[in-house]
Amino acid sequence: MSVNIDLIFKIATIGILVAILNRVLVQSGREEIAMMTTLAGLVIVLLMVIDLINQLFQTIKSIFQLY
Amino acid sequence: MGLMDIVQIVSIGLVAAILAITLRQQRPEMALIVSIAAGLVIFFMIAGKLSVAIQALNEIMRKAQLNNIYFTTVLKIIGIAYITEFGSQICKDAGEGSIASKIELAGKVLIMILALPIVLAVFDLISSVMQ
Repeated sequence: MSVNIDLIFKIATIGILVAILNRVLVQSGREEIAMMTTLAGLVIVLLMVIDLINQLFQTIKSIFQLY
Repeated sequence: MGLMDIVQIVSIGLVAAILAITLRQQRPEMALIVSIAAGLVIFFMIAGKLSVAIQALNEIMRKAQLNNIYFTTVLKIIGIAYITEFGSQICKDAGEGSIASKIELAGKVLIMILALPIVLAVFDLISSVMQ
């Protein structure tokens, strides 16, 4: 199996890190950098998932003969 | 083997649910992506066995000498239903119920179009019986 549960842990770790960074940056008054951090974290996580979503669609297409 | 697989899948689901709940208070978008990833991981764990089951069904259909077009139509409908359900459940989890219902509408329309040949065949059969 090409995917494993590490992906879930990676995403959750990135989420927790982004939440902590966001807190710290907001506390120190750098709201725009906090916003950028949130956005960067979201983009990284989306890139991790989007490949898998593509793979899901390809697998469903081949299993259920949807051409 | 089957028991180990289901134990693994249930534990992945529980761990992902706990992580998603933890993240939801701070970063709801990350919680959403964790739940998407959990859905994908579970699907890929089961995909191999699903294709084995469908090949077996295909074999049964071939041995029963049934028209293959009907079986592939049913398969396509199941596939569309699965993808539609996946997308609409994720949208519902994210709190976007209206987008979820649009996705479901699109899925229903596509399924109806796929089912039309079968409905037409039924009508042909009925009209040939009536004459």
